[in-house]
Amino acid sequence: MSEQLIGQAHLNIGGKVLAAIDPSVYSESVAHYAAWAAHRLAAPLEYLHVLDRHPEHAESKDLSGSLALGAQDALMKELASLDESKSKLGQERGRLLLKHAQAIAQAFHGVEAETKLRHGALVDELTQQEADVRLFVLGKRGEHADFAKGHLGGQVERAVRAVHRPLLVVSRAYTEVSKILVAFDGSPTTRKGIEMIAGSPLFRGMHVDVLTVGKESDAASQGLEWALSTLTHAGLGSRGLVVAGDPEEVISRRVNEESVDLLVMGAYGHSRIRQLIVGSTTTSVLRTCRIPVLLLR
Amino acid sequence: MNKLSTLRQDWLGNVRGDLLAGVVVALALIPEAIAFSIIAGVDPKVGLYASFCIAVVISFTGGRPGMISAATGAMALLMIGLVKEHGLQYLLAATLLTGVLQIIAGALKLGSVMRFISRSVVTGFVNALAILIFMAQLPELTNVPWAVYAMTAAGLAIIYLFPRLTKVVPSPLVAIVVLTVVAILLKLDIRTVGDMGELPDSLPVFLLPDVPLNLETLRIILPVSATLAVVGLLESLLTAKIVDDLTDTPSDKNREAMGQGVANIASGFIGGMAGCAMIGQSVINVKSGGRGRLSALTAGVVLLMLVVFAGPWVKQIPMAALVAVMIMVSIGTFSWGSLAALKTNPKTSSVVMVATVVVTVFTHDLAKGVLTGVLLSGLFFARKVGQVLHVGSTSHEDGRARHYTVTGQVFFASADQFIAGFDFREALERVRIDVGRAHFWDLSAVGALDTVVVKFRREGTEVEILGMNEASATLVDRLGVHDKPDAVERLMGH
Repeated sequence: MSEQLIGQAHLNIGGKVLAAIDPSVYSESVAHYAAWAAHRLAAPLEYLHVLDRHPEHAESKDLSGSLALGAQDALMKELASLDESKSKLGQERGRLLLKHAQAIAQAFHGVEAETKLRHGALVDELTQQEADVRLFVLGKRGEHADFAKGHLGGQVERAVRAVHRPLLVVSRAYTEVSKILVAFDGSPTTRKGIEMIAGSPLFRGMHVDVLTVGKESDAASQGLEWALSTLTHAGLGSRGLVVAGDPEEVISRRVNEESVDLLVMGAYGHSRIRQLIVGSTTTSVLRTCRIPVLLLR
Repeated sequence: MNKLSTLRQDWLGNVRGDLLAGVVVALALIPEAIAFSIIAGVDPKVGLYASFCIAVVISFTGGRPGMISAATGAMALLMIGLVKEHGLQYLLAATLLTGVLQIIAGALKLGSVMRFISRSVVTGFVNALAILIFMAQLPELTNVPWAVYAMTAAGLAIIYLFPRLTKVVPSPLVAIVVLTVVAILLKLDIRTVGDMGELPDSLPVFLLPDVPLNLETLRIILPVSATLAVVGLLESLLTAKIVDDLTDTPSDKNREAMGQGVANIASGFIGGMAGCAMIGQSVINVKSGGRGRLSALTAGVVLLMLVVFAGPWVKQIPMAALVAVMIMVSIGTFSWGSLAALKTNPKTSSVVMVATVVVTVFTHDLAKGVLTGVLLSGLFFARKVGQVLHVGSTSHEDGRARHYTVTGQVFFASADQFIAGFDFREALERVRIDVGRAHFWDLSAVGALDTVVVKFRREGTEVEILGMNEASATLVDRLGVHDKPDAVERLMGH
């Protein structure tokens, strides 16, 4: 619980916006959204590209099964040079990608961005840097993800589970954000979320709708009323709605009908077992909605 | 979550590559397992069951994915005496005990002791292993009909030349198939695998070694088991290091040690001999694209299936074909670069390497060879560091006093040199010895200083010692260098 509060509070307190850039088609949109958020939050912006090696996967195969003179040395040389050329290529490509993202931030949003090129695994890098981050920005799918329609990147899913900061998972194309939809269930997490939205410069002057999925009840409408008054108080134009049905279906229908620009919702639970079983709503909403989703922890 | 994804990566990160490499390795393991059984003096099935069992178990318990373990020559050579004098059942009991000892070693984290094994010793180990494997083939090549030589030569030719045609089929397999077919067609009267003893005709079953459970048994098997455990861990951790380097990934050495122990215990319970990691096979595995745990598992399972279901054919394989494969393994294992480096390397490193090889080849015991190498490199190192010592002096008070300044390392290897640095014949009233820039590492050093003081006193000289506190800081066994960042600096610089 306390972890969740800290996570949300972080969007409005110090720390940088950290965006993960990779060679996928999402990279440009990640650059845009991150720069947009950094600009509105007046936060430092950093683009990160992680060169992940896959040593568990063999590149070359020689099935001859024979050991010639000095076989071990020869193999060592071959494998090392293979890795070397791959790493060099990866570094070069990484620098280009980061430079491109930097240029986007500069040209379209007037934001100066730092860049960082690291070896390792993306999720490890993200969690390591977490302490100085207020918002993570990631593409819905990475370079390695299966491009079958609606498939969520494995890296993204792991990142969503691993980090304890707000995380903006962006879609393929960047559009100006003005219309927000908040999935609200009256829980302490989402209540904190409403307060965070109300207090954040990220959403200043925007139109925020609040959606509660579930049966009409006193508790639901009371909660909704509280949310709406909090938002209106903060000067955000807002409407509330209670709709019964399957959360993921209701949310994505609403997103499409109202052409929402950004969805805000709670992320996976924190307990280990829940991480494995529950959280499927988050995953499927991420999958089905073709708009950026801000996940709160 | 992290553990789960590591597990998934270890097992499923490279499925296609691991499966293919596993099959290649299995095909190469069969001749080796048979050959090593023959070295140990047991039926081929003992080595084959062991190779199956160790490869399969280690794929789960090992700490180095991508490494292949099975029955090995290094271990087989240590069993000869036990098998000859006491029989197979004692070997199985010794195998179980070896496993227990290795698990203890792993639990005590003895893997870190590997750092005392210098590069020269490792090279010597590898070369000695190659020579032993080669020498073990000689009985198959002496007093045999000319056909055996022709077959062996043809086998080697196929093994080395066939990869120029295609690298899709393992050339040792081609050599074995071709030689077997030729031997059958020509009805050659040469020895085959079937002549060497029983092959597995079924899946292995659980059995307890048939030995009396008493101290006498322990007395018989303990020395063998201890040597087996040491050699097995040495070769396994060494191979793990090689695979680490090849794949540029880390491994868990202590888990590997315990994993080897579990694998050997399992092997002992199904009638297999003790084994360990194999340098040659692991290189073949990595070369064939094996990286994960799946490749060792595949190798073990495929090996057993091939042997059990293709037993009648395996029987027909001429020994000459196996000899050719084993010669290839020994040539591939030998570090040929180390021969050229003999000229350029420091003399002491070459001596260590050659001594390791010579002792191993004469004793057939890699543990003794490595021990020799480690001791020699320790002595050479002590001698080298002992040379870092200087005793200088200046005369004072019109020749009535002398100030000695000692700089460098004083310990057992340099104590005599330390004493020789003082001139006791000079008639002096006073001597000042400044040891503030020296390090007294052991009691030999302290004793040497005492000797110097007493000698001066006997000449009627007053002795004053400066800086003893700094100099003797190194006497304390735990230097505590780690707890202050400037400790190393002060230790070397004061």
